[in-house]
Amino acid sequence: MSMKCDVVVVGAGPGGSMAAKAAAQAGLRVALLEKRQEVGDPVRCAEGVGKRVLSQMVKPEPEWIAAEVKGARIYAPDGTSIVMSEDKGGAEVGYVLERKVFDRGLAMEAARAGAHVMVKTRAIGLLKKDGAPCGVSAMRIGEPLEIEAPIVIGADGVESKVGRWAGIDTTLKLKDIETCAQFLVTDTRVDDQYCEFFLGNSIAPGGYVWSFPKGEKLANVGLGILGSRSKPGEATRLLGEFMRSHFPNGKVLEMVVGGDPCAGPIESATADGVMLVGDAARQTDPLTGGGILTAMQAGMIAGEVAAKAISSGDVSREGLKEYEDRWRSDIGKGLARSYEFKEFFVKLTDEDLNQLIGSLKREDIAKMDLRGMLRVLFRLNPRLLWELRHLVV
Amino acid sequence: MLTVNRYKCCYCGACVGVCPTCALELVETFIEVSADCKECGICTKICPVGALEVKA
Ligand SMILES: Cc1cc2nc3c(=O)[nH]c(=O)nc-3n(C[C@H](O)[C@H](O)[C@H](O)COP(=O)(O)OP(=O)(O)OC[C@H]3O[C@@H](n4cnc5c(N)ncnc54)[C@H](O)[C@@H]3O)c2cc1C
Ligand code: SF4
Ligand code: SF4
Repeated sequence: MSMKCDVVVVGAGPGGSMAAKAAAQAGLRVALLEKRQEVGDPVRCAEGVGKRVLSQMVKPEPEWIAAEVKGARIYAPDGTSIVMSEDKGGAEVGYVLERKVFDRGLAMEAARAGAHVMVKTRAIGLLKKDGAPCGVSAMRIGEPLEIEAPIVIGADGVESKVGRWAGIDTTLKLKDIETCAQFLVTDTRVDDQYCEFFLGNSIAPGGYVWSFPKGEKLANVGLGILGSRSKPGEATRLLGEFMRSHFPNGKVLEMVVGGDPCAGPIESATADGVMLVGDAARQTDPLTGGGILTAMQAGMIAGEVAAKAISSGDVSREGLKEYEDRWRSDIGKGLARSYEFKEFFVKLTDEDLNQLIGSLKREDIAKMDLRGMLRVLFRLNPRLLWELRHLVV
Repeated sequence: MLTVNRYKCCYCGACVGVCPTCALELVETFIEVSADCKECGICTKICPVGALEVKA
């Protein structure tokens, strides 16, 4: 079987659905392919997003939101904790989503804008004419399908192949991916008002443990560890240990595992006829691991640029340069900064982490954002943070 | 040979993202290994549940 359209979007996560919606709104014929039979399931996410940035892009539906938080609490390895309030630290978290519902909601918005959504349809390669991509070959419910389109948007997540098919090497080095495990936990010990972050090289080497509230005495409790410090099954084993020490009576209602890129901006997210968005373009924040909003932002830009390129008739890499320029200026700079922070953070010993968090104990940081907090940290710990001085402005 | 313990695998796709030879494919709920696998073992380290193993 075969079909034709203007843009094929591979993957109906937040990045792909936003790209498909933007392209369809601009009048393009769009196919949105999702290999799973259900959009959004199984989840591979802790579901925390900043309120403000989300609301700038979509109107958050009440059913997308599992919980709203008051702020964030960060624990040093020695147990000392500091609190950041929601309106500031909330740039990172604010809502905890129900991603199964959220992802499907975004795919529905794409469908309502006119995109043709196709589930259980897996892209298996690029179609090429004179060496340039001109669509995808796919398997739809086990049957081959060719979809011709001048532009392919790869929004195919951490396992992305679209970039590699187009000659963009997006292979993640072990030091540039967090391997994660998470349980949905109900327990009386759960703090259902604050997002909590626990630091320490023995509990989560090169990463952190999180507890994000999802309702009354209910939370996503999970951890990510740096791939280069992992071994087979380590993420799940460490989560078991954390559960025994912090939620010994916790009941587990769901299990989530996944890989979260922390690679910083890649060299190129475009090729002739191809744009990569979201995890496929490794656009996750390397320090926090947050990638929902950046995927959505990049998806919107890619959808808009696709429309311009189709109407101008130039879908070459040069013709798609506006996408490259805009994602780099909107999100790329932040990713680059976070990458430097991450590279530094993963080297810190538990003593260093204790010193840093401890130094904030007597400061009034409740009203500060992450940047403000870093400035204070630098003032109090100039020697430890010397390497980062160019980032603290 | 690289083996996938399909009773353990939670089909998250992390292994696919790190394979230098693009030998893995996540087909919805299972992992396929192609002939391009060089048995380097990189993917085994990243697997959060320990479903991958290079066996002699
Ligand atoms: C454990 C964990 C916790 C996280 N916590 C947070 C958090 O709290 N906040 C946050 O902002 N981010 C978090 N992230 C990151 C976030 O989940 C991702 O950055 C986000 O989902 C990226 O969106 P995306 O659209 O790029 O990709 P995805 O959401 O991964 O969507 C990609 C889609 O493409 C489909 N697909 C793949 N290949 C094909 C193919 N060949 N054909 C058709 N379809 C295909 C997949 O099935 C999938 O549905 C977390 C990640 C992990 C692993
Ligand atoms: S990393 Fe492990 S759990 Fe995830 S898909 Fe690969 S084999 Fe399965
Ligand atoms: S063993 Fe190496 S080559 Fe084989 S699938 Fe794993 S990462 Fe790829």
